Amino acid sequence: MNGLTFHRKVEENTGLLIFGILFVSAIGGLVQLMPVLNQESLETATANTRPYSAVELTGRDIYIREGCSVCHSQQVRPLVAELERYGPYSRAGEFVYDRPFLWGSKRTGPDLHRLAGKYSDDWHRIHLLDPRAVVENSIMPAYPWLAERAASETGNIEAKMTALRRLGHPYTDEEIANAESDLEGVMEIDALIAYLQMLGTGYSAEEESGE
Amino acid sequence: MEATANSFYQDKVVIRLIQFSVIWAVAAMAVGVYISAELVWPGIDFGQFWLSFGRLRPLHTNGIIFGFGVSALMATAFYSVQRTSHVTLYAPRLAWFCCYAWQLIVLLGGLSLLAGWTSSKEYAELEWPFDIAIAIVWVSFGIVFFGTIAKRKIRPIYISNWFYGSLIIVIAMLHIVNNLAIPVTLDKSYSLYAGAQDAVVQWWYGHNAVGFLLTGGFLGMVYYFLPKHAGRPIWSYRLSVVAFWAFVYSYIWAGPHHLHYSAIPEWVQSLAMGMSLILLAPSWATMINGIMTVSTAWEKLRTDPALKFIVLSLAFYGLATFEGPMMSIRSVNVVSHFTDWTVGHVHSGALGWNAMITYGTFYFLVPRLVGRELHSTRLANMHFWMALAGTMLYIMSMWAAGVSQGLLWLSVDQLGELSFGFKDIMASMTPYYLMRLVAGLVFLGGTLLMAYNLFMTLKGQQPKRASIPAVDPAYGMS
Repeated sequence: MNGLTFHRKVEENTGLLIFGILFVSAIGGLVQLMPVLNQESLETATANTRPYSAVELTGRDIYIREGCSVCHSQQVRPLVAELERYGPYSRAGEFVYDRPFLWGSKRTGPDLHRLAGKYSDDWHRIHLLDPRAVVENSIMPAYPWLAERAASETGNIEAKMTALRRLGHPYTDEEIANAESDLEGVMEIDALIAYLQMLGTGYSAEEESGE
Repeated sequence: MEATANSFYQDKVVIRLIQFSVIWAVAAMAVGVYISAELVWPGIDFGQFWLSFGRLRPLHTNGIIFGFGVSALMATAFYSVQRTSHVTLYAPRLAWFCCYAWQLIVLLGGLSLLAGWTSSKEYAELEWPFDIAIAIVWVSFGIVFFGTIAKRKIRPIYISNWFYGSLIIVIAMLHIVNNLAIPVTLDKSYSLYAGAQDAVVQWWYGHNAVGFLLTGGFLGMVYYFLPKHAGRPIWSYRLSVVAFWAFVYSYIWAGPHHLHYSAIPEWVQSLAMGMSLILLAPSWATMINGIMTVSTAWEKLRTDPALKFIVLSLAFYGLATFEGPMMSIRSVNVVSHFTDWTVGHVHSGALGWNAMITYGTFYFLVPRLVGRELHSTRLANMHFWMALAGTMLYIMSMWAAGVSQGLLWLSVDQLGELSFGFKDIMASMTPYYLMRLVAGLVFLGGTLLMAYNLFMTLKGQQPKRASIPAVDPAYGMS
């Protein structure tokens, strides 16, 4: 049986057609995904990387809800200009507690991965409520509602942390039990700023140089 | 033979899906125009959370891909699979279920995005309740489609059905794997994958949602409607078969080119880049096959706006599938990544290829479905030029914006200091963003003309009952 007669069989058989498409399209994914999903170094946290606290996790979920990642990447590339502009390039081990990853695909605004400590909390508060008050010509939207809502309204924090623990994030029983009280008196804008102020703190120069 | 329900094609569901598709096209493009205006005048969200750019942008992309795109694909798949199989739809009630359940998902899913329910994974933003609903409708779509093929009266399965088939099967696989997550509440779940691994899974999905939905599915449309319309058989059937398998095999590897210079393993990036370049071959084989099919029927282009749309869409398909592999090369990607060049590239595909092939198909199909002439050929011709002008202006403004961003961001002086601040580069984009806004308005205007034209064509008409022709014994089931 040559190739043409074999293919004629496929052309006339619904089952073979379905199976053929599934098989041929699955190969590429299997070759790329299986090794990556089994590569331990991609799951190993850097020394300074820790799970998000209740407040930071709430802030991160607000960042996701508002679609911040539509315009801001969190992925510094190993290029001279990016090291100069943003800081050390991003390492895989810094993202092991990121579900989902928030690397983004567009920089309408700047990259935020090394944002921690670059601006004060007050600067962030003004900037989030009225971006053009601190950055002339900014085209970022304002987020006035973040100052009006309590962080505890963002979602069930205990359930969130419990779900993440099931996925392997090392939260203690105590951390989960205290999560709700941690959010008391915190507004959404505070939680978001807490998250922004810890972005990129997983990297340490000492660890990289092997000391 | 006695006339029964089984001696006519099921076309009512096709008409209904086309109507929904046009409605979503207008709505989602209007959202696109609005958010492009927000990038020029950021104050026009009036401090309302549901008008905020971060929520409206996913609404725009989901509305176009899943509302406009998938409704059009379902409509044309249901239409062509019956004709190429010489039988009526398998499980017609399930086809109606697909039609309405899908519109409900797009509508409620869109509202949920405005409410801030999002997984944030691009083109898979909808949260887990919708993911489950999508999976159910998708499987139903597959049952209707493959069920119809299974009961066909023509021995060979025509090439358009292969492309629609790959759309159904591969999207099901990608959708299920990428959306695996642990639900926390109705509006929130956490991805099963974290960090770099999540990134590789997401772009395996994201790139191939483009590959198998926006390319594979729409190629099915080309392979049925182009030869029908040109009145010529496919130039080389053998080439279409070879290109099909090459396409299904090689597309799936290309996803990680969205992650160049990131923290994923370098071999994955390089492999994706290599396969992206290889992908140029099946893409252009298909384009050439399409163009050659029309090559002895050029005179029809003078009188037939529908065919003009289809031929132009092939040209843009060729452009976008050339640009894509070029942008996947690391040294080009270093400039293009994260910039508006990517946005322009997506739109040369979405406007120039997906929208144009769909418009051409609708102009061809709607008059036939009701057995009357198109309401106005003149309006359709106007639409053609507006669509072309809008697309060109869009792509060129985003090329200019994207290349400037990419080069200015990377520019350093002799001392290794950055030449330009981010804010200044961002502020210099306004003229390009304004130009893009105009482009979007022109394209949307053309789409509105089509909506009116098709509405007038359908107005007061009953679907024509198309009877199933006798099977040529040479191709019948033995």
